[in-house]
Amino acid sequence: MLTAMNAAPDRGPDLQFQHYLSEGEFRLQQCDACHQYIFYPRVLCPHCGGTELTWNRVSGDGVVYSSTLVRRRDEKGGPYNVAIVELAEGPRMMSRVEGVAADQVTIGSAVSARIATQDQNQGERHILLFDAVTPAGGKS
Amino acid sequence: MANNLRGSAAIVGVGHSGMGEAAGGRHALDILGESALVALAEAGLSVRDVDGLFTGSSFHFMPTLSTAEYLGIQPSYFDGSMIGGASFVNYLSSAALALEAGLCNVALICYGSNQRTSVGGLATMSEQQPYEVPYAPRYPISSYALATARHMYEYGTTREQLAEVAVAARRWAQLNPDAFARDDTSIAEVLQSRMVSDPLTVRDCCLVTDGGGAIVMVRAERVAEFEKPPVYLLGGSSATRHRQITSMPDLTETAAVESGKRAYAMAGVGPADVDVLGLYDAFTINPILFLEDLGFCKKGEGGAFVADGRIAPGGELPVNTNGGGLSCCHPGMYGIFPVIEVVRQLRGEAGERQISGADVGLAHGNGGVLSAQVTAILGTAATL
Repeated sequence: MLTAMNAAPDRGPDLQFQHYLSEGEFRLQQCDACHQYIFYPRVLCPHCGGTELTWNRVSGDGVVYSSTLVRRRDEKGGPYNVAIVELAEGPRMMSRVEGVAADQVTIGSAVSARIATQDQNQGERHILLFDAVTPAGGKS
Repeated sequence: MANNLRGSAAIVGVGHSGMGEAAGGRHALDILGESALVALAEAGLSVRDVDGLFTGSSFHFMPTLSTAEYLGIQPSYFDGSMIGGASFVNYLSSAALALEAGLCNVALICYGSNQRTSVGGLATMSEQQPYEVPYAPRYPISSYALATARHMYEYGTTREQLAEVAVAARRWAQLNPDAFARDDTSIAEVLQSRMVSDPLTVRDCCLVTDGGGAIVMVRAERVAEFEKPPVYLLGGSSATRHRQITSMPDLTETAAVESGKRAYAMAGVGPADVDVLGLYDAFTINPILFLEDLGFCKKGEGGAFVADGRIAPGGELPVNTNGGGLSCCHPGMYGIFPVIEVVRQLRGEAGERQISGADVGLAHGNGGVLSAQVTAILGTAATL
């Protein structure tokens, strides 16, 4: 018992995801049993219940599945985009699309992932943002 | 097996209190308590008769304990399962189960909130989602906005059609003296109101009010003891597909597909049999999604379905006859109110807004960000 507890702890799913991002890699868990990719990171495959998961690099390619413009007041920084991106590998994640005006992010447009840093309460955290691949108004 | 519950329990008292702005600094439990007293008085019961307690709260982490303490009761069965605003529709099934099993004899389902006069905005204990936090979606409206935008993209639903939902709710509220927002409005006014999270404006959002509601349920074998016409639970079911919006498998379809299917099967009715509906309208997209998912129109046709006043007073399908969360009240969690309104309709007590000859009602609860879907089918004695 004590030995197990004192053994070097491996990273939990969230810390492992963060660790890869901090090394400049966008990796997601892929289920060894059903081969589906998973997001957010966890300890089992929500598609089939499989528990053998492998962290594989993903392309970072995605498509805007939905998008909203949050109307923050100008004095507080102005409106900003919140999007759901569907990754080429399947999973969807919330993010912000950049490289195009916040009110010009269109559903169906191609985007590409970029690792960025964000200040949070306990220091810096790596997050994923997405850059528009097609020009504003482009619709796939 | 589930069909054993059909008609096994009946609602014999309902009440509400503090709708809009509660007076005199009343706290959440004061409003809940007043609602419970009204509902129990309808049933000719005392709070001392309550031995089954079903409640959720935006203010109390252990709501059944706080409520039992406040009311001064020691219930033999209690359930505070928290699935957001849908909880209170879900409690209909858990109360019916507990009654049928003999775990309690008088079930009180109740809610109270003073969010408007205390915090002045949405009071919620909902935790933030770690993988959403970095992008600062406004909770919960941005999640609903994302679903709305996708529905518009896939099916051509328009902002005018969304506005129809808000205008229909307001027109019903104008027939309900207890509704909070009763001023005239129009499609144009909704369209021109302040955008919050595109494509949803402030008028596409439910109200922020105080309010409480209560429901008394007993085993059907006892209904002769009570003064009010009994309203029976014919079918009830809950469903979920996700918690956070990014995990919703299809942003244009909710788990109401499952909850509705199971509730209809248990009740032995279908959409064509439903005379009056209470659909949890946290945002204008909700009734559109639920009308589709509950089988009142095909997927994608909900926008066109609500156009031209079809769900407004005088329309073909009466939806949210109390004015809904959009215009009657929305005290943080609204789920008990569509049930109360459907009960009043089935009793024939809805005054100017009464739907004549209503025998079958559908109350539908929504929780989280389209995350919990709960459908209840209620009926008069004629439907047994």
